[in-house]
Amino acid sequence: MDYGVAGTALASGILFGYVLEQAGFGSPCKLTAQFRLTDWSVFKVMFTAILVASLGILLLQSGNYFGSSGFFVPTTFFWATAVGAALIGAGFAIGGYCPGTSVVGFVSGRIDGLVFMLGMVLGILGFASIYTAPITQSILHTAQISAKTLPQWLGVSPWIVWAGMVVVAVAGFLLGRMMEQRSHGVLTADDIVESVDPTSDSAHQGRAVPSNLGAGSVS
Amino acid sequence: MSGVSPACSPVRPLWPPLVAGLVLGLVLILTFVLVGNGVGASGTFASIAAWLGFQVAPAATQSNGYLGPMVAHGANPFASWIVVEVVGVAIGALLAAVSAGRFKIKVDVGAGKIGVMPRLLLALIGGVLAGLGSRFAAGCTSGVGLSGTAMLGMAGFIFLIVFFVVGLGVSALMRRVW
Repeated sequence: MDYGVAGTALASGILFGYVLEQAGFGSPCKLTAQFRLTDWSVFKVMFTAILVASLGILLLQSGNYFGSSGFFVPTTFFWATAVGAALIGAGFAIGGYCPGTSVVGFVSGRIDGLVFMLGMVLGILGFASIYTAPITQSILHTAQISAKTLPQWLGVSPWIVWAGMVVVAVAGFLLGRMMEQRSHGVLTADDIVESVDPTSDSAHQGRAVPSNLGAGSVS
Repeated sequence: MSGVSPACSPVRPLWPPLVAGLVLGLVLILTFVLVGNGVGASGTFASIAAWLGFQVAPAATQSNGYLGPMVAHGANPFASWIVVEVVGVAIGALLAAVSAGRFKIKVDVGAGKIGVMPRLLLALIGGVLAGLGSRFAAGCTSGVGLSGTAMLGMAGFIFLIVFFVVGLGVSALMRRVW
C-alpha cells in the first residue's frame, strides 16, 4: 500500500468518523432509539446519505466520469447477506452499536464501545472456526443473485429505482417525525453525554422547553 | 441543563439529521471517486482477528481457511485500505467529540435501567453477533448497508431490510432490559 492509497483511506475515514459523531452516532442510546421508534436519526441520516450519494454516482455514471461505471458493487449471495444482516441487526439491538459506530462510541469515551469491538474480534474468530463447516459454506455460496443492482434485477432504469427510494424516504421522514413528536424521544447532545432518556417523565422535569422539539423542526 | 453539565466546555448540539446525511452522502461520493469503493468498518476487525490469531496460534491461523490468506507468506494483515480508513474514523470521531464537548469517559448504561456489568456483557454479546454477521455478509452497516445501497446494489437493499426488521424485533425483546 503506497502513501497515496493510505492518504485517501485516512482522509475518507476522518471525514466519515467526524460526521458520524456529529450525528450523535457514538451514543448507543441514540442508535437503539431508532429501533424503539422514538428517535429516527439513523433512518434519516442513512437515507439522506444514500439518496445524495446514489444521485451523485448516477450523474457521474451518465458520462463514466472518474471511472464511475467501474465503482465496486459486491456480488450478492442472498442467504449470506440475509444471515449477516440478521446477526448484525440483533447485535445492534443487544449491544447498542454496529461495527463502525462502536469505534465512534469508543473514541468519544465509551468503554462499552471498546467491549463491543472486542466482541467483534471474538465473533470473527468464531466465524473462522466454523468457516469450513458445510452449513457455513452453503450459506456463503448458495442462492447467488445474478443481477448486481436492483435496477438490473427489476429490469428498469436506475432513475426509477432512485425515485422510488425518494418516495420511501419521504414517507419514512413523515412517519418518523410523527412518532418522534408523540414520544418526545429525540436524544439531544446533552442527553447522550449525560445519559438522559428523553422519553421518561423525569427527564422532562426542569426542562422548560423540550429541546427535542427544536431539533425535530429543523429536520 | 446548566445545572447538570460539568464545568468544562459546554456541550454543542448535534448536527440535524438531514445535514449529517447530506455531508455523509458527499463524503461517500468523494470516497468512490478517489478509490472506487465506498466506506466500511468490519474488515478491520477481521484483520485484528487474523493478527491476534497469528500471535497466539500461528500454525492454526495459517492453516485456517478464512484467516490464513490474511497472514500468508508473512503478510501484514494491517496493511490494507480499510484498516487505515478505520484509524481515520477513530481520529475524525475523536476530533468531533472533543471539539463539541461530547467526550466523556463512561460505560454508557443509558438512563440507568441496567447496571455496568450487565451492560458490558450485552455489549460483548452484541459485538460477537455483529462480528459473526459481518463475515457472512462480507461487510456491515457501512460497507454493505450504506455503500452498497448507494450503488443501488442488491446486497445493500437486502441488508437494510433484514437489518431493520430483525433489529426492530430484537429491540422489542430488549426494551425491558435497557
